[in-house]
Amino acid sequence: MQSLSHLDRLEAESIHIIREVAAEFRNPVMLYSIGKDSAVMLHLAMKAFAPGVPPFPLLHVDTTWKFREMILFRDQLAARLGLELIVNINQDGVARGIGPITHGSKLHTDVMKTESLKQALDRHGFDAAFGGARRDEEKSRAKERVFSFRSKSHRWDPKTQRPELWNLYNTRIAAGESVRVFPISNWTELDVWQYIHRENIPLVPLYFAAMRPVVERDGVLVMVDDERLPLAPGEVPQEKLVRFRTLGCYPLTGAVESSAKTVPDIILELLQSRGSERQGRVIDQDQIGSMEKKKQEGYF
Amino acid sequence: MRASHPATTDAAKTATQNTGVPRNETAEIDIEAFLKAQDAKDQLRFITCGSVDDGKSTLLGRLLYDSKTVFEDQLSATATESKKYGTQGEKVDLALLVDGLQAEREQGITIDVAYRYFETDKRKFIAADTPGHEQYTRNMATGASTADLAVILIDARRGILTQTRRHSYIVSLLGIRQVVLAVNKMDLVDYDQSTFDAIFEEYVAFAEELNLAEVRAIPLSALTGENVFAPSETMAWYDGPTLMATLEDIEVTGERAEQARERPFRLPVQWVNRPNQDFRGFSGTVASGSVSVGDPILASLSGKTSKVKAIVGPAGELEQAVAGQAVTISLRDEIDISRGDLLAHPKSAPDTVDQFAAHIIWMDSDPMLPERTYVARFASDQTIARVTDLTHLIDVNTLDHLAAKTLGLNDVGYCKIALDRPVAFDAYKDNRQTGAFILVDKFTNATVAAGMIDFPLRRASNIEWHDMKVDKLARAAANAQKPRVLWFTGLSGSGKSTVADRLEQKLHALGKRTYLLDGDNVRHGLNKDLGFTDQDRVENIRRVAEVAKLMVDAGLIVLASFISPFRSERQMARALMDEGEFVEVYVDTPLEICEARDPKGLYKKARAGELKNFTGIDSDYETPENAEIVLKSGEVDPDTLADQIIAYLESHS
Repeated sequence: MQSLSHLDRLEAESIHIIREVAAEFRNPVMLYSIGKDSAVMLHLAMKAFAPGVPPFPLLHVDTTWKFREMILFRDQLAARLGLELIVNINQDGVARGIGPITHGSKLHTDVMKTESLKQALDRHGFDAAFGGARRDEEKSRAKERVFSFRSKSHRWDPKTQRPELWNLYNTRIAAGESVRVFPISNWTELDVWQYIHRENIPLVPLYFAAMRPVVERDGVLVMVDDERLPLAPGEVPQEKLVRFRTLGCYPLTGAVESSAKTVPDIILELLQSRGSERQGRVIDQDQIGSMEKKKQEGYF
Repeated sequence: MRASHPATTDAAKTATQNTGVPRNETAEIDIEAFLKAQDAKDQLRFITCGSVDDGKSTLLGRLLYDSKTVFEDQLSATATESKKYGTQGEKVDLALLVDGLQAEREQGITIDVAYRYFETDKRKFIAADTPGHEQYTRNMATGASTADLAVILIDARRGILTQTRRHSYIVSLLGIRQVVLAVNKMDLVDYDQSTFDAIFEEYVAFAEELNLAEVRAIPLSALTGENVFAPSETMAWYDGPTLMATLEDIEVTGERAEQARERPFRLPVQWVNRPNQDFRGFSGTVASGSVSVGDPILASLSGKTSKVKAIVGPAGELEQAVAGQAVTISLRDEIDISRGDLLAHPKSAPDTVDQFAAHIIWMDSDPMLPERTYVARFASDQTIARVTDLTHLIDVNTLDHLAAKTLGLNDVGYCKIALDRPVAFDAYKDNRQTGAFILVDKFTNATVAAGMIDFPLRRASNIEWHDMKVDKLARAAANAQKPRVLWFTGLSGSGKSTVADRLEQKLHALGKRTYLLDGDNVRHGLNKDLGFTDQDRVENIRRVAEVAKLMVDAGLIVLASFISPFRSERQMARALMDEGEFVEVYVDTPLEICEARDPKGLYKKARAGELKNFTGIDSDYETPENAEIVLKSGEVDPDTLADQIIAYLESHS
C-alpha cells in the first residue's frame, strides 16, 4: 500500500472539515466565487458526500462587475451538478449606482461584496458559510482559524479566536452568530494547481492564455470586458495574449501577459514567477493591514 | 530519549542547498517530471516555539526567504513595513513576513499561531509559528496539536527560560516526540561552542523527565541565516546538519507516521450518508489502522456488529481504506449507527465508559471549577462532562505535582472526568485522534480546555442501580402527589425563604408531603466543610441537588432555597431530575430593595469589605433566562406569591 501523498492528506483534511459542518450546523451554505479555489472546494464537497450530493446550496455574491465568462460558467456548472445556486446582488447598491470605476475599489467592495454577503447570510439565516480562502494568500489569513467565529454583526475579532486543537472543531454558537469555514486553509497556490491537474477540474477559460482586449491602468492590465469601462480620448484597447491568476471584478483584476494555455503551462509559469497571486488585486493594497480590517468588517 | 549533537552523532553532515521550487530560475523545467516528483512528496508539519524574543518569527521568515517562497511584492511590502515597525534598522525585518496581525506588528510580538508553507526538493512543510508569551499559551497548544515535530528556539544569550520549559512540556504532553533545539543568536555570543554545549546539556537533563524520543541541537543564527539553510563557516566546530537538512531528512515517528496503520482500526462516524433508499453509508476519516471490504465491524456504542460491504474513497470505490483517508463505509446489515459512534474491529474495541483520567490544559480566564458541567467534544461525539476530582496541578518548571482546587488560565492539571453517558475512546498515547477532547463552556461557547485521555475508569460498570420493586412511581402514588423540586433562586434578602416558608405551610395544609432545604439546615450539617469561594459554591449546590433528587425519588415535594448564583449549577440541578420535575422559581427582587431589607446585616458587612465573595456586591449573580416562575417579591406580598406557585403546580400536574 502506497503512503498518502501531500495532496492526499490535504484532500482528506478538507473533506473532513466539510462533513463536520454538514453534520453540526443547521443551515450551512458554500460561498462560490467561480474562481479556481472555489472550484477545488466544490470538487471536494462533491467527494465528501458521494454517492449523494452536498446537503447545502451554493451562494454567489454577484457585484455585477464580474467577467461575463464567469457568470456563464457559474450557471452551467450549477445546472450540471444539480445544485441549488443562490445569487445575491445588493439591490440597494445597484440603486445607488455603486461601481468600482465611479466609487473606487474600497467603497465598491464594501457595498457590493461585504454588505451584499452579510445581506445574503442574514436573509437566508445561514449559520455557517464555507469560503475558499487559503492561509498562504495573505498574512492575516495565515492567522485565521479553519472555523472562524463571527459575531451577530459578522465581525471577526483576531484577538479572541477560539483555540482550535487537533481536528476537534468547536461548532457551538448562539442564535444570530455564525462561522466562516475554510476547508482549504492549508493548501498553497501550487497545491491547488497540482490538484486541478490531477483531478482534471474544469475552470473558467479566463485562467488560460488567449488574445483579449486590454488597457493599461497604473501598470495594471485591465481587460475591457464590456462597454462600462471608460476609455480615455484616443485610447484603443490592445489585443494581447493574457490570462488571469485570480478572478474578481474585472476593472479591479489585473491580467498577466502569458502564453500558458494548459494547467501544466500554468504550473510552470508559477514556478518561474516572482510575484504573488494577489499582486494583481487592487483591493489588498489600499493600506497596510487592509485585509485584516476588511475581514473584521465581515469580508471573507 | 535519543539526544544528539555533533559530539554524539554521525548524522548526515552535508547540508543540502535548496533548489526546491526553482522559482527564480529561468532554466528549462521538465514539467511532467516535476509534477510526478511533486505527487510523491510527503508532508512534515512542525511548530516553532520558545520564549518571547528568541527569534521564532525571524527564523520562520528566514526559512520562507531562503526556500524562495517569498514573492517580490511580499518582500517589498515587508520592506515598507520594516521602516515603520522593523527592529533591524535599515535591513528588512524578516519577522514581519509572518506576524500577520496589525497588533502583532505594532507590538513586535506574536499573538496567534500563523501557518506558513514552503517546500524543498524533498518535502512539503506546514510550519506553525507559535507565540512565546505565556498568556498566549493556548495558541501555542493549537499549533502543537497537529504538529509532527517541534523546533524549540533558545536565545543563546539567555539560555533555558521558563517558557522553554513550559513549551517543551506542552509539546511532549500533546504527543510530539521529536524536538529540534535551535540555539539561536549564536552571532551574539561570538559563536561560542561552550555556550552551546552548556545549553544543550542543561536541556537534555530537563528533557529526561519528558516523554520525548529524540532531541537534536543545532547552533544557528536566524538573522544571518547561518546553519539554517547554509552551513556556518564561523561555527566550524559544529559539523552536524543544518536546520533545513534536519527537517528534510528526519524520519517522523508517532501518530501521523505510517505506523498508524499498524494500530487497531478506528473510524469516528461524522456523518450518515443516505442519498436514497438503496445506500446507507457511514462517513469519516480513518483515525488509525486499516479496513478492507469483508472485514468484521463493531459499532462501539451499541455493541452491534456487521461486515464491510463497500468502501467509497475520494476517487471512487476502494478495497481497503487506511489511516488518514476520508471515506464512506457501507455495511452488510442494517444496524443503528449515528454520528458519534466509533467503528472498530470487534477484536480490538476501544473503551466505552463514562469516566476517565486525563490531563487538561486550561485555556480560559474563568477558572476550572470541579463539578461544574461543560460540553465535551470527542472525535465526533459530544456529551456533558464534569471534573469530579482534580488530582494535581503540574508545575511546568519543576514538573512537580501540586495540590490544587481549581485550574487557572494556562494551568495544566491531571483530573478525573465523569460524562453523562458512555463515550467510545482510546488513551491519547495510543491514538491522538480518538484520545483527545476539548471542553466548551455551555454559556459562552468558549473552548476552555484541551484534554488528553490517560486511561478509562470503570466505576460506572461496577455500581449498578438496583432495580427496586418499590420505585419512584409507587412512592408518589402512595403520597398522592407529583414529586418535584421547586428551586428558589435570587439574591440574598430577595425573599426566597419567606415565600418558600409560606408555600410549605400552604402545601402542608393541602395534605402534601414536603421538605424545605435551605442554607440554614444544609450549611450547618451536610455542607459545613464548605466556604463561599466559587468552587465551594458549586460543590454546595451539587450536594443540595443530589439530596433533592433523592427526596424526589422518595416522593416528596422539595423546596430548595439557595442563592445559587451560577446558571451552570442550576442547569446541572435541572439535568439531574426527570422532565417536568424541576421548577425554577426566580425571586426577582432588585438589589437596592434586597440591600435595604438586609435581614442579616450581610450587605452592610460586604460593603464594608468584611465579607468577601458576596453575591451582588463582589460576586456575580447570573439572572435565570428560562425560569418556570418569576416572582416580583419587591412588589407583591409573600402570601400572593405562594398562591401564584400553587396555581402553577395545579396547572402543571
